[in-house]
Amino acid sequence: MATPLVVSEVAKSFTMHLRGGTLLPVIQDVNFSVKAGECAVLGGPSGAGKSSILKMLFGNYSVDSGQILVNHEGRVIDLATADPRTVIQVRRNTIGYVSQFLRVVPRVSALDIVAEPLTARGTSIEAARARAEELLSALNLPRELWLLPPATFSGGEQQRVNIARGFITDHPILLLDEPTASLDAKNREVVIGMIEEKKKAGVALLGIFHDEDVRERVADRIIDVSGFSARKAA
Amino acid sequence: MSELPLLKVHELSKFYGGRIGCRNVSFDLWPGEVLAIVGESGSGKTTLLNCLSTRLTADVGSVEYHMRDGQYRNLATMPEAERRFLMRTDWGFVHQNPADGLRMTVSAGANVGERLMAVGERHYGRIRETAGDWLGRVEIGLDRMDDQPRAFSGGMRQRLQIARNLVTSPRLVFMDEPTGGLDVSVQARLLDLIRGLVQDLGLAVIVVTHDLAVARLLSHRMMVMKDGHVIEHGLTDRVLDDPREPYTQLLVSSILQV
Amino acid sequence: MSDLATYNFAYLDEQTKRMIRRAILKAIAIPGYQVPFASREMPMPYGWGTGGVQVTAAVIGPEDTLKVIDQGADDTTNAVSIRAFFQKVANVAVTTKMREATVIQTRHRIPEETLTEGQVLVYQVPIPEPLRFLEPRETETRKMHALEEYGLMHVKLYEDIARNGHIATTYAYPVKVEGRYVMDPSPIPKFDNPKMHMSEALQLFGAGREKRIYAIPPHTKVVSLDFEDHPFEVQKFAKPCALCGAHGVYLDEVILDDKGGRMFVCSDTDFCEERREAGHVGELGVANKEAAE
Repeated sequence: MATPLVVSEVAKSFTMHLRGGTLLPVIQDVNFSVKAGECAVLGGPSGAGKSSILKMLFGNYSVDSGQILVNHEGRVIDLATADPRTVIQVRRNTIGYVSQFLRVVPRVSALDIVAEPLTARGTSIEAARARAEELLSALNLPRELWLLPPATFSGGEQQRVNIARGFITDHPILLLDEPTASLDAKNREVVIGMIEEKKKAGVALLGIFHDEDVRERVADRIIDVSGFSARKAA
Repeated sequence: MSELPLLKVHELSKFYGGRIGCRNVSFDLWPGEVLAIVGESGSGKTTLLNCLSTRLTADVGSVEYHMRDGQYRNLATMPEAERRFLMRTDWGFVHQNPADGLRMTVSAGANVGERLMAVGERHYGRIRETAGDWLGRVEIGLDRMDDQPRAFSGGMRQRLQIARNLVTSPRLVFMDEPTGGLDVSVQARLLDLIRGLVQDLGLAVIVVTHDLAVARLLSHRMMVMKDGHVIEHGLTDRVLDDPREPYTQLLVSSILQV
Repeated sequence: MSDLATYNFAYLDEQTKRMIRRAILKAIAIPGYQVPFASREMPMPYGWGTGGVQVTAAVIGPEDTLKVIDQGADDTTNAVSIRAFFQKVANVAVTTKMREATVIQTRHRIPEETLTEGQVLVYQVPIPEPLRFLEPRETETRKMHALEEYGLMHVKLYEDIARNGHIATTYAYPVKVEGRYVMDPSPIPKFDNPKMHMSEALQLFGAGREKRIYAIPPHTKVVSLDFEDHPFEVQKFAKPCALCGAHGVYLDEVILDDKGGRMFVCSDTDFCEERREAGHVGELGVANKEAAE
């Protein structure tokens, strides 16, 4: 089977037009790949561009140069040049993403937010909700919150909704941006367990974990991002 | 990936005398896709919307629509009878001001039922049942079915306008600032409703808005317009989180944080 | 009459009559279609039948016999003055007898007795556009007629049922002519609508203020609009005419005193009189005799 995710010579900079066109290089010459069943962790100091890399891999940030090759339904797709429609399909079926913060949709319940990635792929609403309930109870989210929109939830509660949403599908690639940052020890354990399960299922995981304890337990490999820093070279 | 675009727009331009309405706009719209056109007042977004929906005639370029029979038809050369039939069956148009899209002096039920009667439905009971069903979907109580929209609040009118448009199961809906002029809480409800309907029905939507939050919530893809030109075009969250053009950066940085 | 006087027979000058006749011919060629015409000022106010008078003036000849009815009656102000007008300007024979008339100008009724070949029925029309109440733009209504977009007509009927439980439109009830144009039959009661269908007579409609002429040629299909589950029905009257005892005719209510006394009599006065002459008697015909005794 092809390597699910290959990043090759990727470079990224921001042009700050509102600051007189200042060019802000972020990273360059990023090269790595993630194998199926492996959890790679991006390491390096804050501001080294770890989050930017994840966002590029999700198609959220554009890429200046280089390739992001994703094995999407048996075909290799370069996300760096893919059109929006392809990116949306890759997100629906291939790359999952757990962001740091939950983007809340007014009036949609926590349960439906978690279930949505499944219904978007054609699972019946009942089946999707049943799976969402399993995940939310595994993550110890109080049952009385399930039918409420998460706008008023605490940071930790929102993050658990976010994790459940990210983990509900069987995407072959999963990107994790500090999924355990605002969780207590008990729920951290749950998330670590969920990551282990994903690995066993052959999912390629790439994450950012500031919590050293978590990092050491889940990481098969650390990719040091400071080596890609564009500022050092500039 | 084997499916075909619903709308193919090729180098569309519209001039008002010497002034540019919109210029050289090209894109494809796919079934089920929501495209937001953003920009400030006067940027040409409404002109573009009107050219796409044949409410205005473009000076240059073409708009082709994938008809239900599988053929692509150039909208500019389509006979008017056929175009108007298309507009009231396979298309919807949601105006910013609901009074522009509703018949204010006939009941809510008749407003929704009109399109059915226009395509030949002649059974009162069935028309009423369908209209009631749609009022329910846009959260208007059945007890308001025989009231005129004059007696409705702004948010209700807008929801009624949406029901009126969707009753014939269109494949493409144009929306011009659908949440403009509504209270924030009413906006949120309406946005959520539109979002749900678009997902459930697999509608393709072209929505014009100056509100980037609306664009983010509703759309898959967005085009940023300035002075009649499309200056940036891409995945909605990409354009909003990593804007490339100076104007887009200004637009994004001008959003008030609550 | 001198030659000079006959030149301007029936009040209008020859050019005007020719213009109106052209409009009438076009209207006959396209049944139900509203033909614009250059409506003239007439020596009577709008609303008194200026459209009908112009149409009558354009079609009437010296050999014709004219009958004028208003709400079915020959003896109301409007009918009397229009009849007098044509006696004066055209010197034609006038009658109140429906079977003797070749041209009948009417406001709000179709005679009870079936019209026959060779007769012309001229309607006075206040608002010719059936779509007007729901669509105020003339450009739009003309387009809707052109493209046969008549959904809006049913919106009106829908509203009726939603509000009243049945189609409550009782006059000016819209019809579809020869399967094509939707037409306002002028404010006749819907009771009269079926009489337009396949009529042997030529039916002409003139709207003076709105400057439109339309027509139903003889033997034309005229169908009243309705819903499958709310079919078109005409009014039914519980009693026969109080004077002549006729059943199945359109009746007017007549107040007899200030104690609530009333009777229902034929709105078509000529029809009623003929029946009474033939010896038919209604219940109040007797009651009146008793009251007199």
